[in-house]
Formats: sequence, C-alpha cells, structure tokens
Amino acid sequence: MPAPNQRSDKTMTPTVEAPPIENYLTRDTGILSWLLTLDHKRIGLLYVASITFFFAVGGFFALLMRLSLLEPVGWLVSPESYNKLFSMHGIMMVWFFLIPSIPNTLGNFFIPMMIGAKDVAFPKLNLLSWYVFMLGGLVTLFAMIRGGVDTGWTFYTPFSTGYSTTYVTAAAVGIFIAGFSSIMTGLNFIATIHRMRAPGMTWFRLPMFIWSHYATSIILVLATPILAITLLMLGVERIFRVGIFDPALGGDPVLFQHMFWFYSHPAVYIMVLPGMAVISEIIPTFSRKPLFGYEFVVFASLGIAILGFVVWGHHMFVAGQSLYSALAFSFLSYLVAVPSAIKVFNWSATMYRGSISWDTPMLYAIGFIGLFTIGGVTGLFLAALGVDVHVTDTYFVVAHFHYIMVGGTVMAYLGGVHYFWPKITGKLYPEGLARLSALIVFIGFNLTFFPQFILGYEGMPRRYAAYAPEFQTLNVLSTAGASVLGVGYVFPLCYLLWSLKYGKPAGPNPWRTTGLEWQTASPPPRDNFEITPVVTHPAYDFEGMREELHLG
Amino acid sequence: MANPAELLLREQFSTPVQQRETATFGMWIFIMTEVMLFGGLFLAFTVYRLNYPQAFIAGSGDMDIALGATNTAVLIGSSFTMALAVYNAEIGNRRLLSLFVILTMILGFVFIGIKFTEYYMHYREHHAPGVWFNYPGPDSGHVEMFFVLYFLMTGLHALHMFVGEGILTAMLIRNAAGSFSAEYHTPVELTGLYWHFVDIIWVFLFALFYVEGLHLHKL
Repeated sequence: MPAPNQRSDKTMTPTVEAPPIENYLTRDTGILSWLLTLDHKRIGLLYVASITFFFAVGGFFALLMRLSLLEPVGWLVSPESYNKLFSMHGIMMVWFFLIPSIPNTLGNFFIPMMIGAKDVAFPKLNLLSWYVFMLGGLVTLFAMIRGGVDTGWTFYTPFSTGYSTTYVTAAAVGIFIAGFSSIMTGLNFIATIHRMRAPGMTWFRLPMFIWSHYATSIILVLATPILAITLLMLGVERIFRVGIFDPALGGDPVLFQHMFWFYSHPAVYIMVLPGMAVISEIIPTFSRKPLFGYEFVVFASLGIAILGFVVWGHHMFVAGQSLYSALAFSFLSYLVAVPSAIKVFNWSATMYRGSISWDTPMLYAIGFIGLFTIGGVTGLFLAALGVDVHVTDTYFVVAHFHYIMVGGTVMAYLGGVHYFWPKITGKLYPEGLARLSALIVFIGFNLTFFPQFILGYEGMPRRYAAYAPEFQTLNVLSTAGASVLGVGYVFPLCYLLWSLKYGKPAGPNPWRTTGLEWQTASPPPRDNFEITPVVTHPAYDFEGMREELHLG
Repeated sequence: MANPAELLLREQFSTPVQQRETATFGMWIFIMTEVMLFGGLFLAFTVYRLNYPQAFIAGSGDMDIALGATNTAVLIGSSFTMALAVYNAEIGNRRLLSLFVILTMILGFVFIGIKFTEYYMHYREHHAPGVWFNYPGPDSGHVEMFFVLYFLMTGLHALHMFVGEGILTAMLIRNAAGSFSAEYHTPVELTGLYWHFVDIIWVFLFALFYVEGLHLHKL
C-alpha cells in the first residue's frame, strides 16, 4: 500500500502514486510464478529462503559442537562425529550461507533498483543460478545426511583423496556445482553494472553498495573457476586413484593448498565486501551525511579485491613454502589493512558531527565496525610470520575469522535485512524488539568468540573434540554465548515474519534517505520504476534533498 | 515482416544496441572465467613439468604427432568456417550461414573422432592413468602424472567441443526458423567467440603435450 508522496522526488520525474500500483509480490500468484520467475526481486527472495535454511543446518552443527565442548572430554559426540561436525559446519556456512548471503539476496534485489534498471542483464541466467545453487546445496546435504565429511572445509590432500572414508566426493561435487552459481551471479552483476545503468547514473554517482558488489563480482568470476578446477582434480584423484596431489605418487599436496587458497582467500573478500556494501548504505542514512571520502572508499573496495588475490600464502606459513615467499605474503597481507582501514576511518568520519539516529540497522552497522576492526587487527597478528607460527591452528584463528565472518558479514546481513525490510515487504518491523535483538546478537557474539582469542593464545588447538581441563571455564563461556547468539538469530526470524502480516505500512521512503531504490513504491512494482529515472545528483546527496524539501 | 531485432528485444533492455553490447560483454566475462578454469590446469602442468622434465618429455614422445597435427589443422580450419558463418550472419545470408555452421560442426566432429581414437590408442598402450596404467622403467609414476594431466586437460577441452557442437546445433535450428538477420545475429557472434576460444586452448594443449617430445617420435 503506497503511502502518500511526502516530498517531491529529486532524482526522477515525479511519480503518480494515486492509484495503488500492483507490486512484484501481488502481480502473479501461485507456486509456479515463484519457481519460474525472472524477476530479480523474487529470485532474491528465493535465495533468502534457501540460505536461511542452510544457515539453520550449519548453525545446528555449530550448536552440537559447542555443546560437546562443555566438557573437556567431549561428552556429547565421538571424536569421529566431532570431525564431521566442524567440517560440515564450515562447508555449509562458507559455501551455502556466507558466499551467497548478501550478494545473492540483497544484491540481487537492490543492484538493479539502485542503478535504475528494470532487471539484471541476464534474468534467465539469474534464475538458473538459483537452481544450480539449490542443486549444489542438496547434493552437499545428501553427502551430510548419508554420513558426512571429516576433512574440514579445506579438503586438504592427501587426507581427503587417499585416506578419508567419508563422503568427500559427493560434498566436493556439491560445492563444485554451487561454484557455477557464484560465477553466473558475478557475471550477471558485472554486466548489469556496466550496461544497465539509468541515464545520468555515472560511475561516480553509484552508491557504494554497487561499487562493493562490483568488486565482489570481479572476485567471484576470477577466483571461483580455480576452486572448480581444484575440486575437479581432487575428485579425479579420489575416484581414479591417480596422484595429482598425493606425494606417494609424485604429486604435490602443497600445490593443492596453493590452488585452494588462491580461491579461498579472495573468497573471504567475497564474503566481507558485500557486508561493507550494506554498511556504506546504512551509515550515511542514519548519520544524514554523505559518505565521507567517496572516491577513497570506491578505490579501497577495488583495492581489497585486487590485493585479495596476492595474499593467499599467509594460510600456508607452516605448510612448507619457502621463507622468502612467506615474507612476501606476510608483507602483502599487511597491505590489505590499508584499504580496510580507509573504509573504517571513512565510516567513522561520516558519523562525525552527523545527526545520528539509533535505529536497528545503525546498531548493526556500528557493531559491524567494531567487530570488523577487532577481526581485522587480529588478522594483522596472523599476517606477522612469528606470531602466526605461535597461534597457527589454534582457537585464535577460529576467533579471528569468526569476527570477520560472523561479526562482520552476518551483522551486516542482519543490518541490511532490517534496513531494506520496509522496501522488500512494504511493512515496518517492530523497532523495539529489533533493537533488543541487535543487542542480543552483539552480546552473544562477543561472549562466544572473545574467549576463543584467549583460548587460542593459551594454546588450545582448533578441530579437537577434547581439550585440557584448564580451558574449561572459557569453553563454557563460549558455549553460553553461542546459546545467546542462537536466540539472537531466531528472534528476528519471528518478529520479521510477524511483521509481514501485522507490520505497519512502510511507505516508499521510511528512512527519508537518498538512493533510487527509495524513490519507488514499497514493495516496488515488477519493473521497479514506473518511468525510467534520470539521475542528476551524486550518491548520498542529503544536502540536495534538504534544499528540495525547503523549496517544496 | 517486423524487424526481428525489435521483436527479440528482451524487456530489461531499452535498445537493441544495449542488448547486443550487454550480451557480448557477458560473453567476454564468461571467456575470462574459462581462462581461469583452464588456467588452474595449466598451472598444475607447469609445476609438474618443472618437477619432472624427463618424464614429461618421455610422455610427450608417446603421443601420435601425426594425429595431433591433423587435429590442429582440422580445428583451425573449423575456426575459419566459423568466422565465415559469422560473416554471413552479419550480411544476412542465411543460406551460407547454415552451410558454414554445418561445415564447422563436421570439422568439430572430425576433431572429436580423432581425439577419441587417440584416447583408445593410449588405453591399448596402457597409458590411460589409474588401474589401466602400465609403464616400464623407474619414472612410471611421473609419466603417469603427464598422462593424468593430458587426459584431464584434453578431456576438459573435448567437453567444451561437445558443448560447442550443441550450441551450433541450436544456431542451425534457430537459423532455419528464421531468427537471424543482418540486424539481429548476436547469438551467432557469441557462438563464434566461444568456438575460437576453444580452438585457442587447443593450440596451447598441442604445444604442451605433442611438440615437446617431437625429437623422440618415430616419424
């Protein structure tokens, strides 16, 4: 139900909102209209449903792990089952939640809207990408139900090819398939951003959401094929008993690690750049100021994407690579801190003397900045050769990457879901409950993972089902935190679903912010805009908006 | 008859030019991903070629250079006919377009036929990796690595040839249905890009697998 037009639109010819327009949710009905849809918005929602399911599966594995770690001997599951739990938790969360989390849901929904397009460049490819993703996910799920995988999400050879008797091949096939979904999405986004921008939407008028997704997509199309070919070789070695990576047959297991991390390190930026995309939208909106140092943030995003390709060796400091390459990788890894820090400084500078309102998305965004900073700075510890040798394969590493992946990406995802919820559904979520849940997530997260920094520094190794008794207190704290975090994740699911039916109508622009996506009705019509918008202002032009308000 | 370019304008685009440019751009990105896909295998080849130069040259000596060279010529010939097909699509000569697409397909099948003949010969000579592999001498494992990479890389290439044949068939059917004209022939152009890319990959494969052990061949 579109609300009355509160102010004149500055970026497009004024829309006539008098007759209630059919929106993308009401235009077609029935299950087939969803399964065969070419609408980027509906495909985005299909992804929301899928990744919520996979997140629940991955979260369930995590829950079992944390429960088992309440006692030093691992009272709940056998060591074999524990190995499977952490492997399956990693596989589910990385490939079936984190990689598609923001790009395929919010990205799919908002990239065309933010650039003023009717749809992505290749809508059929977009739908195909969802089916391929689901196929990959179901194959992987099948591997897990049939008996699981125990190699860790990294599939290190020769254990994965020669020794493990679990469902390695099936899981690898599932991930291989899902990889093509990533490639299709990345390709679609790049073509869309290059060719589908509305008149006047120049490169440097693009919102940061677009730039960040552009950088993400470059990584998606360049890195994912390497993962595909690596998994293919792994599968061939395992099925035909030949020695591509098996040292007993003349293969080189370190080559596997090189190829795996050549994908998987950039994949870290596939996961976190879209998080930064969301944060770069939320911070200006709730500070009512344009993003500070726009160009710097643009080039920092591209810089992260490029530098991300040349730091993979820092995962292999103890894997037997030469000291000189380790030195080079260590130095290059430090360089990644520069564009990351530029972003953190620019977000902070955006808030400085801004008119800040503490709505739920802003709470998540501020949580993101803090947690991402902790995750990033501990990343520097790990990039330092000497410190890394001390904490390699300990809980310090586990805590570090969960601060980036969960503290960063998941916080940004939740922030983004709240921020865009009124646009997606046309309904407002209950603000009080949402703020409470943001607080629960923040507390639960820190309680879960901060103790793990200490555990790791004191020497508790990762991937073990049992541990020395002196680590128990911190482990109990961590498990307690995980339960709080679990509540924090289920809670939004409940009130967001509730708001679908009982939420107040949102109106086109509930946050009174800039950006083309807010200039159209909520929920948007099938073609996003009644008339193709013409853009005349830079992104985050709150000044111009204020002037128009005075004039209007 | 209405302008087919207008008829085939998908709703997300504003103009036929935008549609054509976007499709071509997308194809180039796809080819980039393909370069990375094959790139992983080329990397593995480079690493093991440097580790085991003797075994790799010995393995290359067991290739049939005559069949390999023939196949290279066949495939480059198919690139030529493909280019002629695209040219005829551009000038709107639908009959010649069909003819050259058919010629390209025939050359493609000749290539695939020769390739699988070679595979069979390797199998008969116990050069197929895995349980079938048997090679006299101490370097057996490393020669097997050469053949693993040979089968992987040429196999992936052959898979691309099969996909290419499928796409060409689709082009043939669409052309027969009158879908293409001088104004609208983007799919044919993109098929051409794909086909040339697959050809170029083969040129590299030929150099790596066949030419290196040339001096060992009993011609």
